[in-house]
Amino acid sequence: METKKTSLYQLHQDCNAKFVEFAGYQMPIQYSEGIVEEHKFTRNHSGIFDVSHMGQLFIYGGDELIKDLEKIFPLDLNNLKINHSKYSFLMDKDAGIQDDLIITKINEGFLIILNAACKDNDFKILKELLNEKYKMVLDENRSLIAIQGPKSSEILNDVIDGVKDLNFMSGNWFLFDNQKVYITRSGYTGEDGFEISIPNNFAEKLTRELINKGSKLAGLGARDTLRLEAGLCLYGHDLDKDKTPVEANLKWAISKERISKGDFIGSDIIIKQLNDGVSKIRVGIKPEGRIIAREKTKIFNQSDVHIGEITSGTFGPSVNGPVAMGYVENEFSKKNTKVFLEVRGKKYAANICSLPFYKKSYVKGVN
Amino acid sequence: MSDVKYSKEHEWIKLEGDVATIGITKHATEMLGDIVFAELPEKGSNVEKDGTAGVVESTKAASDVYTPVSGEVVDTNQEIVDDPSKINQDPENSAWFFKLKIKDKSEMDSLMNKDDYDKFAKENNT
Repeated sequence: METKKTSLYQLHQDCNAKFVEFAGYQMPIQYSEGIVEEHKFTRNHSGIFDVSHMGQLFIYGGDELIKDLEKIFPLDLNNLKINHSKYSFLMDKDAGIQDDLIITKINEGFLIILNAACKDNDFKILKELLNEKYKMVLDENRSLIAIQGPKSSEILNDVIDGVKDLNFMSGNWFLFDNQKVYITRSGYTGEDGFEISIPNNFAEKLTRELINKGSKLAGLGARDTLRLEAGLCLYGHDLDKDKTPVEANLKWAISKERISKGDFIGSDIIIKQLNDGVSKIRVGIKPEGRIIAREKTKIFNQSDVHIGEITSGTFGPSVNGPVAMGYVENEFSKKNTKVFLEVRGKKYAANICSLPFYKKSYVKGVN
Repeated sequence: MSDVKYSKEHEWIKLEGDVATIGITKHATEMLGDIVFAELPEKGSNVEKDGTAGVVESTKAASDVYTPVSGEVVDTNQEIVDDPSKINQDPENSAWFFKLKIKDKSEMDSLMNKDDYDKFAKENNT
């Protein structure tokens, strides 16, 4: 299958992007300034990320759709306000995570942002679960542009007036060049920022305007170091079908109201794990010194017993040191527990730590 | 600068008497991106031609550093371990990796000169 290109492909090329294939797309991993600079510029100013490879699934419907989606997602969608977003997951019956996602209630129904590698499968699963009762569009005609970092609100508001008044995890329709764009205040970097769903033909124009206002393109490399410093999970690495939201330490994202009713896919296992505990759990891990422990690195306790594995690890430019997360046996998950990481045959000391590694500066409420 | 030679693994080697100074090329650093970790061989250890003699890591991945000649490690550059970004800044000069007491100078013969290496690097730009 030929790799797909996003609407910003030409712009990426013009900006000397290095490309990698990711989930069937040619995506920029970095531009000429490099991952560390792009990372720092996003933290200190504003970075633009092309995330058009992600799925934008529109499901159209009313009250019945809400009821049907509540059978799937562990969310209180009935009480979710219009234009408000929630982080959630698509689980199988054993509560294994098939994808993690952001779902936003819009006037017409719901908009769900899905991982690129999962989106086609998610679409199939959801279509079956919803018995083909609703119009569902996995919209290939729209791009998704994220602008992240402390200056992003000012920059984007200069181009699209009114976005600065959005609250964190909420959105609305705006106009850009007479095109309807849906903008949410959200992101994946631990910074204040926005994600903009825009018709493909206008994505490059918008991005160039944002660059002219002082934002800079940043690639998937910086996106990865930023999200890891922020303690956010990457599907296929920190989350997969063999892990549940409770094991992934994401129980905050499960509605308490819904747990008491227990009528969603995977709820039996979720409730059991919440009551009885889990044997493994996701934690932050800070290596001592400079050693970088990458995905699949084995974790040992002080008695040299294998107790877990790293699922993401890199160098955090803002932390100025190595950062990692992984799963360990529950009894070793307490903060400050000393563990050892096996890198190239040698064991290096590390400590279990709380997440995020880098303190976020989300805008909670501006109104 | 005719005494500097280059390997296909993108190391440079400068011979002064029987001591060889070894580092990685500018081309290598450009391919790797921002280097954030460096590990060097132990002083006093012996390394064999084309064997692993260190590691560099970028934010993306780890890569082995090979030695283009055999010998005993007589010095290592702690500065690049403490601040690996120096490797990106000055790879073919102050950011050398290690010095070897070279065992067999004839091992230098199979290495490339600057022109050949530049051509090689251009053709292997991956």
